Amino acid sequence: MNSKTIMPYWEHFEHGADIGIRGIAPTLEQAFEQTAVAMTAVITNPDQVSASKAVSIRCVAPDHELLLLDWINELVYEMAVHGLLFKRYLVAINDGILSATAFGEAVDRQKHQPAVEIKGATFTELRVYQQPDSSWVAQCVVDV
Amino acid sequence: MDIRQFIQRDETCWEIKPFGAMRVPAIIYADAQLLQDMDQKVYEQLTNVATLPGIVEAAYAMPDAHWGYGFPIGGVAAFDPDQGGVVSAGGVGFDISCGVRTLHTGLQIDQLQPYKQALADALYRTVPAGVGSRGKIHLNHENMHGMLMKGAKWALEQGYGEEQDLERIEEHGCMAGADPHYVSPRARERQKDEMGTLGSGNHYLEVQRVAEIFDREVAKTFGLRVDDVVISIHCGSRGLGHQIGTEFLKDMAMSASQYHIALPDRELACAPLNSPLGKQYLGAMRAGINCALANRQIITHLTRQAVATVFPGIHLGLLYDVSHNTCKLEHHIIDGQKKALYVHRKGATRAFGPGHPDLPPVFKETGQPVLIGGSMGTSSYVLCGTKESEQRAFSSACHGAGRAMSRSKATKQWWGRTLVDELAAQGIIIRSPSMRGVAEEAPLAYKDVGAVVDIADRAGLARKVAKLEPVICIKG
Repeated sequence: MNSKTIMPYWEHFEHGADIGIRGIAPTLEQAFEQTAVAMTAVITNPDQVSASKAVSIRCVAPDHELLLLDWINELVYEMAVHGLLFKRYLVAINDGILSATAFGEAVDRQKHQPAVEIKGATFTELRVYQQPDSSWVAQCVVDV
Repeated sequence: MDIRQFIQRDETCWEIKPFGAMRVPAIIYADAQLLQDMDQKVYEQLTNVATLPGIVEAAYAMPDAHWGYGFPIGGVAAFDPDQGGVVSAGGVGFDISCGVRTLHTGLQIDQLQPYKQALADALYRTVPAGVGSRGKIHLNHENMHGMLMKGAKWALEQGYGEEQDLERIEEHGCMAGADPHYVSPRARERQKDEMGTLGSGNHYLEVQRVAEIFDREVAKTFGLRVDDVVISIHCGSRGLGHQIGTEFLKDMAMSASQYHIALPDRELACAPLNSPLGKQYLGAMRAGINCALANRQIITHLTRQAVATVFPGIHLGLLYDVSHNTCKLEHHIIDGQKKALYVHRKGATRAFGPGHPDLPPVFKETGQPVLIGGSMGTSSYVLCGTKESEQRAFSSACHGAGRAMSRSKATKQWWGRTLVDELAAQGIIIRSPSMRGVAEEAPLAYKDVGAVVDIADRAGLARKVAKLEPVICIKG
């Protein structure tokens, strides 16, 4: 199967104390976007979040895995400091530089029922790789 | 995991002899059942810790050990700075100095019963809990510096608490050697509105009843009797600690090769204690410890305010305050010699025994109180440090139950609302901003804390003093 036929998607995977987030998509950028949706889903149902605010994010890292770590940690920081939740993301990656926009809104405890806050992205199960069908996988465990 | 991988040294001590790059053995305190139920990752992570430079004696895991980040949660390891020893951000964890503080109320359970709902409401209103909650304190640059330098002592100077609180906090409420210069602007930004907040996940404030006494003499010194009401607070250094952990984990991972450290797992990121990066982390991490101590001190103040609205005039004194995610400079006897070692406890509680010079006079004969938090709706325990714990695992004990089930499985199995109703039928009031959060913290999603504590007792890591049962739980 050609990766172009795969619809981008996200999933969670098991970790003893915490939770793994994974994005799978035809392109690296889309995989990063999906991993971030998986992160939102740790906190709340992404469908319950509206996309009324846009935040710009930029990260630079020497490899894809550290870039994913930085990307998730930037989002954790933005959420914590500005009291936000994100619904969707638009990511571009060129020469190890990630430029992105995250769309979301302020946390509303009644509406979102946020289950848990994320402390940070970890190196545990941190992997970014291409599958034989050429689709991309981007994953790590987040500490909650 | 397969217990045939171990040599059983005694009833509760299981050893992995050094192999490959391991410099010391790995030792797990458990019984056969707990060991079998542990994830194989604990074996891998503990044997990896045993390869780190400068490690002394052994890499230890407590009976509640489970899969962590580089270090297992429930891991204890000491490093000698004179032997190239290291400090590891993963060996402390993201929630620096997360811990438990228990307060006496002077009330008996029958005095509380008619006011349970009122007290639950007052606590829930007064102590900010859950995602997106903010404290009423806003730290400016000067206040932030004072808080990071002085911890609970700073909180006291701001009017949060009483002088006598300090001696009942590890480090007497102020971790020496903090260096706020190494706490980044981002870490400060994450913290400036989070003082006095519980956070989320497994953090809570719980009103508890003393259900059982195991050691009358020690319980008397600790001021605990059956049916006494106590209040326990479980939380840590909030966003500041998380950000320090995030930043140094990456810095250490990226600079390991510069220090010629071969990491079996990037998550074990560490730096030599005597290196600039190691010293910077120690300075920042100690400031993180102070942040956690100040945070629990402010929550104590809020708790006192809330309780006073229902029970005017009662006094809430501290039993003790312990931290379970730290790296501390301590003196231990190695081969008959007193050595200064940096002891990492990741999800493990310090358990100094009788006569330890760092303990306040009140605990000189008993050893320190070791506070073991349960999960929502389950029992907690008070233990005391023992003399033999020094030889067992650098005076360390377990810290809680550990999860038996992932968060996603728990939410598939339970509804938050149903759990709240079921616990209410058992006489336990839950207050939480998130029903999904309640489902993720379901009592049965955790291991049996009683079994973990029994092994800690039988292994001599700490001795059982009292069992606490929940009455009201404010969940983050």
